Amino acid sequence: MEASSAPIPSLTDGPRAPRVSSAMTRQLWLVRFLARRVASLVAVLFAITVLTFLIFQAIPGGDPALRMAGRLATPQQVHDVRVQWGFDKPIYVQYLKTMEKVLDGSVISYSQQTNVEQEIVSDLPPTISLALGAGVIWLVVGVLFGLLSATHAGGWLDRALTVVSLTGISMPVFFLGAIMLYWLGYQWHLLPLEGYVSLTSDPWGWFTHMLMPWVALSVVSIGVYSRLLRANLLDVMSEDYVRTARAKGLSERRVLIRHVLRNSLMGIVTLWGLDFAWVIGGGAILVESVFNLGGVGQYAAQSIGRLDIPPVMVVTMLVAAAVVVLSTLVDIAYALLDPRVRLS
Amino acid sequence: MRTVLRNRVALAFGVLFVAIVLACLLAPVYAKDIAHTGPNDNHITETVSVGGKQVDVVSPTGVPIGPTWKGRFLLGADSNGRDVAVRLLYGGRNSLEVAAIATSITLVLAIAFGVLAGYTRGLTDGVLSRLFDLVWAYPAVLLGVALGVALAVGGIDLGLFTLRSGSLLLPALVIGVVVFPYVAKPLRAQALSLREREFVDAARVQGLGPVRIMWSEILPNLASTIVVFAPLIVANAILLEAALSYLGAGVQAPSSSWGTMIADGTRLMPGAIHLVLVPGVMLVLTVLAVNVFADAVRDALDPKASLRGRL
Repeated sequence: MEASSAPIPSLTDGPRAPRVSSAMTRQLWLVRFLARRVASLVAVLFAITVLTFLIFQAIPGGDPALRMAGRLATPQQVHDVRVQWGFDKPIYVQYLKTMEKVLDGSVISYSQQTNVEQEIVSDLPPTISLALGAGVIWLVVGVLFGLLSATHAGGWLDRALTVVSLTGISMPVFFLGAIMLYWLGYQWHLLPLEGYVSLTSDPWGWFTHMLMPWVALSVVSIGVYSRLLRANLLDVMSEDYVRTARAKGLSERRVLIRHVLRNSLMGIVTLWGLDFAWVIGGGAILVESVFNLGGVGQYAAQSIGRLDIPPVMVVTMLVAAAVVVLSTLVDIAYALLDPRVRLS
Repeated sequence: MRTVLRNRVALAFGVLFVAIVLACLLAPVYAKDIAHTGPNDNHITETVSVGGKQVDVVSPTGVPIGPTWKGRFLLGADSNGRDVAVRLLYGGRNSLEVAAIATSITLVLAIAFGVLAGYTRGLTDGVLSRLFDLVWAYPAVLLGVALGVALAVGGIDLGLFTLRSGSLLLPALVIGVVVFPYVAKPLRAQALSLREREFVDAARVQGLGPVRIMWSEILPNLASTIVVFAPLIVANAILLEAALSYLGAGVQAPSSSWGTMIADGTRLMPGAIHLVLVPGVMLVLTVLAVNVFADAVRDALDPKASLRGRL
């Protein structure tokens, strides 16, 4: 099996866990592992800020001050921007000035005259609601579909689910969102049309308002995860230990749950942890504006529409940083929970 | 290839994809001989006969006419009184053109950098691999949007070649650059294991240089992987183009693509759902056709490979 050729990490691969003989050395190993992970996290975060800075401020073609200031800026404004961001200085000064602005929360959207980071913080609740709900739905439904597909491999249910998954993978989230909004909202009046209701003020309203965005955002990932789990389960089912389990007379159900699923599920959940911020960061931008949720994604989408650079830059930097931080946390959690390390 | 052709479903979807591409290429013929209008011609004040009655192309309240299922306004009009069917084909031409160029860029970059990193190992590999990992930290849509917005304002000027804002090559370049690390990484891994094989040793002993070995020993052995990836890259490039254009960071007005058409239609909701449905269904059909075909190719060649294809 050429696991190395597949960009999807093999589901049973965790972080490298050396066999250790005593509890002491394991602790030592953990401390060193944590130190290494945190050090590489810091390095990657630094690289992300540099790359994002380069994309927005150093792509040749056009004056960066002109871009930052927006389309309707006066020459005086452009001049101020040039001085404030240091565009007349060497590039490392520009980078330091940019990071200083991002870190102390003083980035201004010049075309809107608003503080970008305050706007992002106040837009967080809808985005977090969207992320958590969609994440749960896609994990649960994806696993369910994958399990049904694998256990009925070749049958009509498997084929039907394959069609559903492939269609899901081929469906742009904003198109799915728009047709759901039209039929479920405008035509049949089953669900509220748009907007965000806070969880604390009206839990049921929150749920009904979030339902369509959740589904729209999770469909693609349901397709990806169910196909991934299906392939993985089918692989595991042909393993020797599964045949042994069957041979010693365990019921099919027990073999499936205790021996097959348990083996694949840990990998799927880890992958889910790694994917979570990645999918949300990409999908929220597309889904939130369809349903007018007023979250960070919609803020980013509106800024993109206006070609308003400062908000787009800050959101890009923050989302990439969030992806890296979350995946490091997942990595660490996996190392702490990995039975191969715990048992030895 | 024979295995793929034996799979009837895959074959049907392959034919569907070819039909869509041909229809889009023939857009000028359809516009001239059947619809008798261009993609940007307004008919906002005109009427069209439907079932013997004259109907406004765009009603006084601003709602455009739906599908007439006739030569003129076959799939209805948009809010400017333009023929949706004509725009669908012209927009599709842009979408497919961007996707095709983006796929070529992705393949060239991925093969060049993947093989280079895998074969040379050492420092080059270290730097390139870190770079691929770094790009993986960005959600594809977000990185595409970031590049798209940064380029849409000023274009790009690399000395040798200049792309003005509004050029179709800009979104193609953005998509190509965003997608290539996802392909370069598995190619690097394969090159890494191929370089340890005996035939590479043999070539080295014969005195062949590294470039020659990469070109004539490593590359041919990557062919099946590349064939598996190519249709998946096309599918993802079409989806990414639609997403970028939907957000306004891809194909720029006055050019249109399926993504910009869906965006225009969504803005009129719930007025004229055909403006969302027509380009949306076309987009899904196209991507689905490519995905089904890609699935069959993968099953035929390499049951294990899969692309981290998420948007």
